[in-house]
Amino acid sequence: MTQTFQDRRGFLRAAATGFGYTAFAGLAALDALRAKDSQNPLQPKQPHFAPQAKRVILLFMQGGPTQHDTFDYNPDLVKHAGQMAESNLSSGTKKGKILPSVFEFKPSGESGIPISEVFPNLRQHADDLCLLNGMHTDTPAHGPASIFAHTGSITFVRPSMGSWVVYGLGTESQDLPGFVTINPPPAGGASLYGSAFLPATYQGTRLNVTDGQEPIEDLRNARMGFDSQRRQLDYVQELNRGLLDRTEAVSQVEGVIQSYELAFRMQRAVPTTLDVSTEPESTREMYGLNEEKTRSFGTQCLLARRMAEQGVRFIEIGHRSWDHHNDLRKRLADNAMATDKPIAALIADLKRRDMLKETLIVWGGEFGRSTFEQNDKSDGRRHNNRGYTMWMAGGGIRGGMRYGRSDEVGVAVENRVHIHDLHATILHQLGLDHTKLTYRYAGRDFRLTDVHGRVVKEILA
Amino acid sequence: MAGALLVGAIGGHAAQAPTPAGLEFFEKKIRPVLATNCYACHSAEAKTRMGGLSLDTRDGIRTGGQRGHAVVPKDVDASLIVAVLRYDGALKMPPTGKLEPEVVQDFIEWIDMGAPDPREVTVKVEATTIDLEAGRQYWAFQVPAKGSAPPIENVAWPEGQIDQYVLAGLESQGLQPVAEAGREELLRRVTFDLTGLPPTPEEIDGFLRDDSEFAFRSVVDRLLDSDRFGERWGRHWLDVVRYGDTVGRARNLPYPTAWKYRDYVIRAFNEDKPYDRFLREQIAGDLLPSESLEERIENQIATGFLAIGAHNLNEPDVKQFEMDVADEMINATTRSLLALSVGCARCHDHKFDPIPTTDYYALAGIFRSSELRNGLRRRPSFNSAYFRESLFLELEGVPEFSEVDASEVRSTREALLQELKAAEKAKDRDKRRELARKLSSLPLPENRAMGMADTEPTTIRVNIGGDPHTLGKPVPRGFVQALFPDDASLPKIGDHESGRLQLAQWLTRPDNPLTARVMANRIWHHLFGRGIVSTVDNFGKTGRQPTHPELLDYLAVQLQNQKWSVKSLIREIVLSRTYRLATDFDEANYEIDPDNNFLWRANMRRLEVEALRDAVLLTSGQLKLGIPPSSPVREFERGQNINASNRQVEPWEIQESYRSVYVPVIRNIPSRLFEVFDFPEASETHGSRDVTTGPSQALFLMNNDFVHIQAAIAAERLLTSHQRDPERVRHAFRQVLSRDPTQEESARALRHIRETATALESDPNSTEEQGVVAPWVSGMLAGVLKRQPEANEMASAMDFLRSRDEEADDSAPDSPPVSESDRGSTRKEREAALGILEHLLERQPNREERAAAARYFRELGAKRRQERSNQGREDRRAVLASSGSVKQRAWAQFYHALYNSAEFRYTN
Repeated sequence: MTQTFQDRRGFLRAAATGFGYTAFAGLAALDALRAKDSQNPLQPKQPHFAPQAKRVILLFMQGGPTQHDTFDYNPDLVKHAGQMAESNLSSGTKKGKILPSVFEFKPSGESGIPISEVFPNLRQHADDLCLLNGMHTDTPAHGPASIFAHTGSITFVRPSMGSWVVYGLGTESQDLPGFVTINPPPAGGASLYGSAFLPATYQGTRLNVTDGQEPIEDLRNARMGFDSQRRQLDYVQELNRGLLDRTEAVSQVEGVIQSYELAFRMQRAVPTTLDVSTEPESTREMYGLNEEKTRSFGTQCLLARRMAEQGVRFIEIGHRSWDHHNDLRKRLADNAMATDKPIAALIADLKRRDMLKETLIVWGGEFGRSTFEQNDKSDGRRHNNRGYTMWMAGGGIRGGMRYGRSDEVGVAVENRVHIHDLHATILHQLGLDHTKLTYRYAGRDFRLTDVHGRVVKEILA
Repeated sequence: MAGALLVGAIGGHAAQAPTPAGLEFFEKKIRPVLATNCYACHSAEAKTRMGGLSLDTRDGIRTGGQRGHAVVPKDVDASLIVAVLRYDGALKMPPTGKLEPEVVQDFIEWIDMGAPDPREVTVKVEATTIDLEAGRQYWAFQVPAKGSAPPIENVAWPEGQIDQYVLAGLESQGLQPVAEAGREELLRRVTFDLTGLPPTPEEIDGFLRDDSEFAFRSVVDRLLDSDRFGERWGRHWLDVVRYGDTVGRARNLPYPTAWKYRDYVIRAFNEDKPYDRFLREQIAGDLLPSESLEERIENQIATGFLAIGAHNLNEPDVKQFEMDVADEMINATTRSLLALSVGCARCHDHKFDPIPTTDYYALAGIFRSSELRNGLRRRPSFNSAYFRESLFLELEGVPEFSEVDASEVRSTREALLQELKAAEKAKDRDKRRELARKLSSLPLPENRAMGMADTEPTTIRVNIGGDPHTLGKPVPRGFVQALFPDDASLPKIGDHESGRLQLAQWLTRPDNPLTARVMANRIWHHLFGRGIVSTVDNFGKTGRQPTHPELLDYLAVQLQNQKWSVKSLIREIVLSRTYRLATDFDEANYEIDPDNNFLWRANMRRLEVEALRDAVLLTSGQLKLGIPPSSPVREFERGQNINASNRQVEPWEIQESYRSVYVPVIRNIPSRLFEVFDFPEASETHGSRDVTTGPSQALFLMNNDFVHIQAAIAAERLLTSHQRDPERVRHAFRQVLSRDPTQEESARALRHIRETATALESDPNSTEEQGVVAPWVSGMLAGVLKRQPEANEMASAMDFLRSRDEEADDSAPDSPPVSESDRGSTRKEREAALGILEHLLERQPNREERAAAARYFRELGAKRRQERSNQGREDRRAVLASSGSVKQRAWAQFYHALYNSAEFRYTN
């Protein structure tokens, strides 16, 4: 059958959602328009220096994932198991018995870095992972810490990292938004992908990937087919060009004309990009789309890869419920089960397409958890902002290494990396100097890293 | 254990005069150890001051923490640092490893000699380098004075003082003002500017017919007198005062009475309340004398200005929270009324403006001497009790309930409170939660509002580096000193007063250099699209310089002289010739002044989202004029955190048809329409809005049902009200674009409507075919082929379906293969799919292909069921938009096109 279709492969690739040839004419016109337009704020821009990575995929695990049972192997916990520990990790001083990892750590990959057995698939990629075991941040509350991790500010509404990146670099796909966030977790709200004072163009576009819902709002016109819509749009653009001739208020009206053509393109490009049914069965299987437990996150990861291919600059994937105050063994196992296979698939898939080297993957939550138990009764751990773990892969980061160390109460004590440092490092990999990526607002130059931030050169390949 | 240390602070010890030998010992033996091993986590320079402990100052090391003092001179046993360094307690420091025993011995020796320590922080951090005298010379800090109007050449052009200032500016640059705007343009401009609505066709007729020389003046008077004026200008003010109906930040709880402040603002603008009084009421209404009970209530509600801010109720640190609340008020007050960023002086002296950090804490003292009464409190012990009825202001003379039986509510409340007390005693957490929830869902008494009340006056100490636990010297309550000509003119605040009243009085004193200027500039900004100082919220050094400083002074003085009447100033401005200029392009002018800084023409301006939405509703006849009785937020469950999945938040801007100013502002969850069209973030002052143009705006206008439905309603009305097609086109143009179409435009519009109707007629299912069937076919094929189908494949499949339907027409005339009303994977769909596959493959599809098709239908079925349940309520109006006659649908698409045109979204 494929043969028959191959023979018919034609001149137009626009049929995905029933586009007619007029749409194609519109697209051609847009290409012409784009060619002469140099003010498009989303056009690819030159970085400050040669970049290692072209794009970022941020896997954000909200709730404060435990590091002691996942990626931060600490033999001291076994030594001190059951001893009382006390710390002001969270708000106020907290006490509890030291709880060694509830899962077994195993040396993984050629590098032999220890990763918990709860991530069997991800362990296969140990040599690509750089574990940041010395992370620390400023607050142990979910909302503010999540906002802090995204914007570098707790006190004020500031642009999200993805907005800064697209502001700095533009984006490669003019048919899709430059900053996409899939299923953003609840705590922190829209601030996690807001552009604050940066122009709204740089705001993250939220996708909701759940069964049966429109992933982007207003993407589909339920009342007009594409032909009628194009005819309608042609008339609107004629009115707009009339206005352009009369007023010569060039920039505003041209902006409107252009925004309509891009929107029209997005209607076509977005559903195509989001339609994972065209993926081969083997790929669907690899990402776990055929299993109930992994389907949701697997779909998100697969979409991330598809958008990365299309040139989306900053892709964030949200996963929630990592706040394990109790039932740690079961709930961590559940979360790991839901995410392990998909994340491993994402890394493998990018690698086989030779895209991992230019795609920076970042995994982590807003903070971590205590080494000691929540209390005697519950099988869980407390919040901990003074030490936690994130990991990076691809995008010019050295794999197969651990960087940083936390002590037996869970405080980062060596090679500490603050969230500002992480931001500086991410920007650096994209070819952006975090001290130079500024935006003037309310009379001063703002940065993602405020007046802080250190590029963690030790982890660069 | 390592990692833990000492929280809190207890007062320090009196210092003993250190001997030179002692100081030398400190420098040689102690300081280097502290610097190397401790400062990283325990110093003002460190990012986190672990456990609130600073070891880099004498005060810090002696104050220590909760468990005791890190160092107590001459008392080794009481000095916690020794035990910690010895590694013999639970607490071991430094975490990187035990220090040499000799080092510990040095510390013991040092403490025994009285812990001599020269490190006085106050000298280093608090010393100000700000030269107030020099700072006072800054242009914006001079009291505005009306000069004489500047000389000009073209004496015939100006019609008043404003024009003379503007013309002088133009002439100084060699610029010529362009011609005046046409009458239709002018009417559209002034009607949007003063009321936020377009003129109706009747109003256009009225103005065009009136050829008296006072025609425009009477339009302006009519608009200023309209209640729509306060809704427009009140909203401008709400932008400035960061109005919101929820507390925002981490624990986003409702402000069920914020709307009272909102309505107060709208009333104030409609009544033309003198601006000075308006400000005094908002800062210190509760402290002002009042002549009637009504006035007293109004004054209390006005203080909502300070109470509606965004706060982080989950802030764990109480001192931090208290200072954050004061900070929020300082920012709100100084940014909005003075256009100064005094908030920058929280952690250090202002880097650019002459505002020492002590000025900040002088103001903080004023606000900390008052109590915020917004119905909420910081993180209580259990969730539902953030809200407390008693934490509101109580309005005097207002009955608790007018509609329900007050005594019944009271007795229920009393009973619940008793139960709650018992539950608290019994430490029954679940019960407490349940009771608190019940309490918070009782009807809220009508005599509650948000606002301020004075409490015990307090003096704040400087928070060094902004840290509320590292205190410097106390600062008496006071003001921004640089705004006074000399120290002697600073108002005095009595020991028993908060200073809020003095603040209110000083802000509105005639010699306050900024208040009138800032407001006059805001008014100018809204009428010209850009302020004379374009950074309307920042008159400081980092703001822009005024383009017309003398004009700004003139306007400020005018505002004051005309009894602070906002309406009078607006009237004078819109009656100027400058305001009436056209937006015409002029090449010679453009060469000299491309940004139109000197106003040689009018600026084309984008409609704000409120104006856009209200205009659509007005033209469809759906706009509900009048004030809604309160706000949906009033009915919210009051202990419930409001996030995106909260069911209490509804798309009111779509569902309701009151004016946009009445749509609740839910912090953190901006409504989609508002967010897309640049509604400002509601936690900070935003005197000027972003103007962005992105694809999401186009997607909304093209595809959102709101626009389609309003277009359909407008069309339905048009077909009844006007009989001839050209008249209909003219009416629609006048409604939406406020002007007559040209002949060509009219002809082109009629052609578009005709073509649309023809398309609809010739293929009544075209919408369905392209919007429903084509995606269905494409999705199915993609599922089977594992790739997107090509265009010719699609065309062939669609042809096949059409011919198949024609054959079937005799038996079942109205049954397309799929439609949105189909229930999941029907046999009809499966048959159609297999037919398509067979047709394209030219053979029977195999098993794998059938399975792939079947899977697609399963997913589709689930998706449709979900969609149906999401839709829930079916709106009669939604039905109208997709049903209706071909003719009506064609006209609806015409309105839809007008709503989508750039011209509609701008005023000329």
